[in-house]
Amino acid sequence: MATGGNLCAVEKRGRVHVITLTGTGEHRLSPALLSEIRSAVAAARRASTGGASALVLAAEGKFFSNGYDLAWARAGPAPAPGDRVSAMRAALRGLVTDLLALPVPTVAAVTGQAAGAGCALALAHDAVVMRASRGFLYMSEVDAGIKIASFVGELVRQKVPDAVARRDLVMKGDKMTAAEAVRRGIVDAAVDGGVEDVVAAAVAMAEELAGRGWDGENLAGIRKATWPGLWSKVNDCGGLSPARPRL
Amino acid sequence: MCTLQQRGSVFVLTLTGDGEHRLGHALISSLRSAVASAAEAAAKAGPGAALVTVGEGRFFSNGLDIGWAGTSRARLSELVAALRPLAADLLALPMPTVAAVTGHASAGGCLLALCHDYRVMRGDRGVLYMSEVDIGLPLPPYFMAVLRAKITAANALRDVALRGKKVRAAEGKEMGIVDAVYPSADETAVEAFKLAEQLAARKWDGGVYASIRMSMYPEACRSVGIVEESDEEKRKHFASKL
Repeated sequence: MATGGNLCAVEKRGRVHVITLTGTGEHRLSPALLSEIRSAVAAARRASTGGASALVLAAEGKFFSNGYDLAWARAGPAPAPGDRVSAMRAALRGLVTDLLALPVPTVAAVTGQAAGAGCALALAHDAVVMRASRGFLYMSEVDAGIKIASFVGELVRQKVPDAVARRDLVMKGDKMTAAEAVRRGIVDAAVDGGVEDVVAAAVAMAEELAGRGWDGENLAGIRKATWPGLWSKVNDCGGLSPARPRL
Repeated sequence: MCTLQQRGSVFVLTLTGDGEHRLGHALISSLRSAVASAAEAAAKAGPGAALVTVGEGRFFSNGLDIGWAGTSRARLSELVAALRPLAADLLALPMPTVAAVTGHASAGGCLLALCHDYRVMRGDRGVLYMSEVDIGLPLPPYFMAVLRAKITAANALRDVALRGKKVRAAEGKEMGIVDAVYPSADETAVEAFKLAEQLAARKWDGGVYASIRMSMYPEACRSVGIVEESDEEKRKHFASKL
């Protein structure tokens, strides 16, 4: 049964909930898209009480996500750009909280370019598989002249612990191919082929994780304890709520 | 004691003379002035600047001026305290920084090199050496914070801090402490300058670069006394760029 809004599609493949950012655009993280993803994640969470499962986040087209929706942020006059920025940051922070607290294993299928907040979103998953033939991991903020929010900084520090890899990714704005990212321990696997091959690999990995039959709440507890710096930075924003109003 | 030259978009900070470039009050003070001048000049010139720090002679820096401190614990504490704001200046500097490790960098001198974003080092001689364990001195908290920020492989950190390992450039590269190795001091200086030019050519906004650096090393920054920028300030800056 496929459901979802108009920005992402949701389906179940075996035990794996697959959320796909639809369309061939840049999947910019507007509050609307973030809200849809959060709803889909919440649905997966509700469904997980029925037995072990896992989650994959994937995307169609050339981009996984090219970051925050700056065009939306500039649009106005009300709300003002500053408030729009707050809304996007709060929504991303909420999504990261949801993913950290999720009682199922999570895999990001980086099917194309993941930049800025899009790169951070990928790293917020338990595992990352990435398309080998195209797309980069790119923390674009330094080139774009945008300062990095403390929870995003903490996310990168926890998930990219090697000082040199982290410096090159964030302070040098290196555009890393999948092979490069694997070599530096930032992603788990580089997958040959197209979008569908990457998604299939992510689903296979997720299926294997679901097969471990882990107690979900225990998994979530261990995950929060594995990334304590990140958990303490994000969890004061309330985490998963039953209904998120769209902005 | 030190000179600052501007060559295009790169500021070259040189620890002058054939001595050990011991970090006493005078040299620390000169270095702080020079670093501040570079920051000021860069602010006027606009985006795209970088700093290279290089030592003349056999030493990058052999550490704090413990000769001056003698047996006085109070004097040693003074020097430790005096170096801390220089470390802060470098960690907060609104431009990328490269240390050209053209000779030995020990203790406080090693710390100085580690406070830079990148390190290039001569491979033919010279070591990076945290000597404190060997000479029976404690590692001040901010020294440790910088070591932990820059040396993230547990065995490398253990070797440097706890074993007093004398790290040569090639090994430093394997340990993730040194970015590039060159055969001589001269080549090291030349290549460090080229790296600085490449970094400057990225035309990064200095304030943003510094902010991003500080978000990558929050504990080290806190430890040297840098006040953390709030998310609210960052948000306002973001909005102003739209």
